[in-house]
This record gives sequence, structure tokens and C-alpha cells, in this order.
Amino acid sequence: MKAPALYLEGIAKIGGSHIFGPLKFIAPAGVWTCLLGSSGVGKSTLLRLLAGLNSNINFDGRIYCDDGDPLPPRAALMLQSDLLLPWLSVLQNVMLGARLRGEKINPERAITLLKNVGLEGFEARLPHTLSGGERQRVALARTLMEDKPVMLLDEPFSALDAKTRSQMQELAARLFHGRTVVLVTHDPYEAARLGTKVLLMNHTGLVDMPPPDTPAIRPFASPEVLKYSGRLLRELHQQESMGP
Amino acid sequence: MKKLRDIAGVAVFTLLLWQAVVSAFALPVYILPGPLTVATALWNNQMLIAEHTLVTMLEILVGMIVGVVLGMATAIIMAWSPPIRAAFGPLLIFSQAIPIFALAPILTLWLGYGYTSKITMTVLIIFFPIASSFFDGLMHTRTDWLELSENMGATTWRRMFFMRVPAAMPALASGLKIAAVYAPIGAVIGEWVGASRGLGYLMLLANGRAKIDLMFAALIILAALTMALRAATNLFCKQFLWRYLI
Repeated sequence: MKAPALYLEGIAKIGGSHIFGPLKFIAPAGVWTCLLGSSGVGKSTLLRLLAGLNSNINFDGRIYCDDGDPLPPRAALMLQSDLLLPWLSVLQNVMLGARLRGEKINPERAITLLKNVGLEGFEARLPHTLSGGERQRVALARTLMEDKPVMLLDEPFSALDAKTRSQMQELAARLFHGRTVVLVTHDPYEAARLGTKVLLMNHTGLVDMPPPDTPAIRPFASPEVLKYSGRLLRELHQQESMGP
Repeated sequence: MKKLRDIAGVAVFTLLLWQAVVSAFALPVYILPGPLTVATALWNNQMLIAEHTLVTMLEILVGMIVGVVLGMATAIIMAWSPPIRAAFGPLLIFSQAIPIFALAPILTLWLGYGYTSKITMTVLIIFFPIASSFFDGLMHTRTDWLELSENMGATTWRRMFFMRVPAAMPALASGLKIAAVYAPIGAVIGEWVGASRGLGYLMLLANGRAKIDLMFAALIILAALTMALRAATNLFCKQFLWRYLI
């Protein structure tokens, strides 16, 4: 499982209205690329295109990996909503992918992954008995179960409280280590902690915002993280005032 | 328990009101018999009523099962295939434009006086509420669930049975509850048009012989049967579908 670098270049429209582009997006291999921007600039559209969920998007351009293999089959998706199926137990939710593909299921591995996300003994529980943070941990285990070299994350931590969010960021950073991760977020602080590459997305395109050169994930109270996230926020404000 | 007490309260009140109306207007037995007269008729004809009840019950149960299976299968096939959906969707709506009651004489003509015509009538009556509610549920699976399944590389049929069908269970449950109330209507209509057995037949027979107390007794049993069927359906949903109704 070698993590590829991802490339996307082109213009995206939905039903005739312009969403983004022309732009060129690059996510380096094996590290976190954070895509930061205000709502409505097309961050999620870009992520959906990478995931191959392009049914209603008019995309003129190309998406490719540095190794030449197609991307969508190698990408796992994690969204703001945990998408747990309420009628399945925690364990069955983690093993959903294999069941939907008709592959042999591997409960031992699912149990190990649940243990890794701190949910040992939760196997038989139903999702509605879990807290928001626990549900997102199950989603994390389900994403890991897919065992893909590319992780596409669309604000997966944004609905959690500050402490749980920071714990989840650390957990994800540890468990996704070595994979190519694209994280869509509107939280400058999150980008400052997690990004090896940080891209600011606005109506004109992408702006590269090199983060501190300390390795991610960075400590949450370190001065350079706070300073950098302040810079990102200021940049967001300035772009807002310039308008599209 | 409180609910049971409420029902009992309403029942007692209705019986008292019924008796009061009969006494106050001195209604003759052949127009509206009092509750006591009906209870006596029920007691005196218990074997007769039981025999006909069994027939109607069987028609309803078989009709329910066949109708639910057919309705569910139709909904799944329509949800699965857009061309079939385009072809059969309008037909399904159109079938509702024909008053099903009007088909009863034709069904009796084609299928005879036995069980088949009554079961068919029951099936026809509950088919639409089941098929349309379940189909509606199947077509409204959460978009992000479907995207997740697409990302996971799900096959069409596995997505159908492991995601769309379970997600549509609440819709099916409401269809089942409607069907439970409609099914007895189907069976009785069928019996009215032509039968030699069943509660519908017994009511017509009693009416023709001016045994209005017996007719009311049969009617009360029919109402009780409908309520029992509805309660059983609720219980079934709670017992077997609760996971899908969270």
C-alpha cells in the first residue's frame, strides 16, 4: 500500500453555475494536505471529485495520481456526519464495506481497530447509544477498515466539542500516518495543527500557505501553531473583503 | 396500562350511550337492537359466528401475507430499475383510479365463490399502500449513505438489501399499519358479492332474515378482528423491526 500524490486540474460547474477553477490542486504523497476556505468556495466539491462522486458535477479537467493508477478505488471517505447505519451494531458498522462488496468479513481486524480508536467493548452497542465523539470514532475505525492509501476527509471533526475534536485530530494523525490525506476544513486552527501542506481556497483559486516547518501533528498550545492559525484567519478575512 | 383503562372507559361510555338511545326513542329491535340484545345474540350464536370468523380471518391473513410480499417485491424492483419504474409507476397510480370495490363482482365471476376471490380482493386492497409506501422509503435513502456505499464499492443488490431496504423499514411499517386496517374491508367486500361463508356473508344473511341483532353481533366481531389485526401488526413492528425504527 504505497500512498500516491494526488493531482486535480480543471474547472467544476454544477448545473451551469461556476463552482471553482481553473485551478491546479496537488496533495503530496503520505502527508496531510489541508484545504481551508469559507463555505461555498467549492472545497467539498473538490473532495467529492477526488472521491469519484461526480454524478451531478460538471468537471472539465483531469484527476490523476503520480503512479498512474486511478484514484477513487484507493480512497476512503470520512464526512462531517458519521453516517453510521442505526440498525447495525458498532462492529457491523465497522465491517460495512466488506458486506456491501460481498467480501469475506474480518471481525478480528475490526475489533482490533475499535480497540485502536479507544472503543474496546463497544462492539455490540447500537449507534444511538453513543456520544457524538464515540460515533465519530466508529466512523474512523470504519474508514481505517477500508485500508486505503488515500483518506479524503470533509470536516469530520467539526461537529465535536473542542476537547473531543482535539483528541480526534491526534488519533487520526496517528492512525492515518503514512497515508495521503486531504482534509477539508473551515477551521484555521485545525489546519495549523494537522497540515504539512495548507491550501487556502477562494473564488479565484488556491493559495499555498506554508505552515510552520515542525512536523504535524503540532502541539495545540505551541506559539507557532497559534501564530500561524492567526495568520490563516487574517488571510481568510482579507479575501472575504476582496470578494469573489 | 393507562391506555387500556382509557379504552375500557370509552367502551363503557359508548355502550351506555347506545342503550340510552335505544331506550329513549323506544327503537324496535329490527332497527337498532340494544347492546344487551346484541350480546345475547352473540352468546346464543357463538359457534355459528366463530365458524364464519375463522373463514374471514383466514382470508385476511393469507391476503395480508400475499399482498405484503407482492407489494414489497414490486417496490424493490421499481426502486432497482429506472426503466421498470418509468413503465410501471404510472400504471400503479392508474390502478388506484379503478375503485377496487367495483372489481369484486368480476373477481367472483372469474375466481368463483371460494377463498380465492376474497383473498385476491384483500391482496388488491392492501397492495397499493404497501407498494407505494415501501417504494417511497426505498427512493429516499439518505444521499450521503448512498455516497458512502458508492465510495466503498458496493454492488447494486447488496446496497439494496443491506442499506436501502433496512432504511425503508419505517416507511414499510406505516404501510403495514394501513394495510392491517384495510385488509378486513377487502375480505368482507368479497364476501358480500358472493360467498357461502365468512362474516360478510353472515351479515348479509342475518340482514335478509331480519335478524338485526345477529348482524350487529357479526359487525362487532369484525371490528374486534380489525383492531386485533392492527394491534398484532404494531406488535410485529415493535418486535422484529425495532432496530430499523430507531
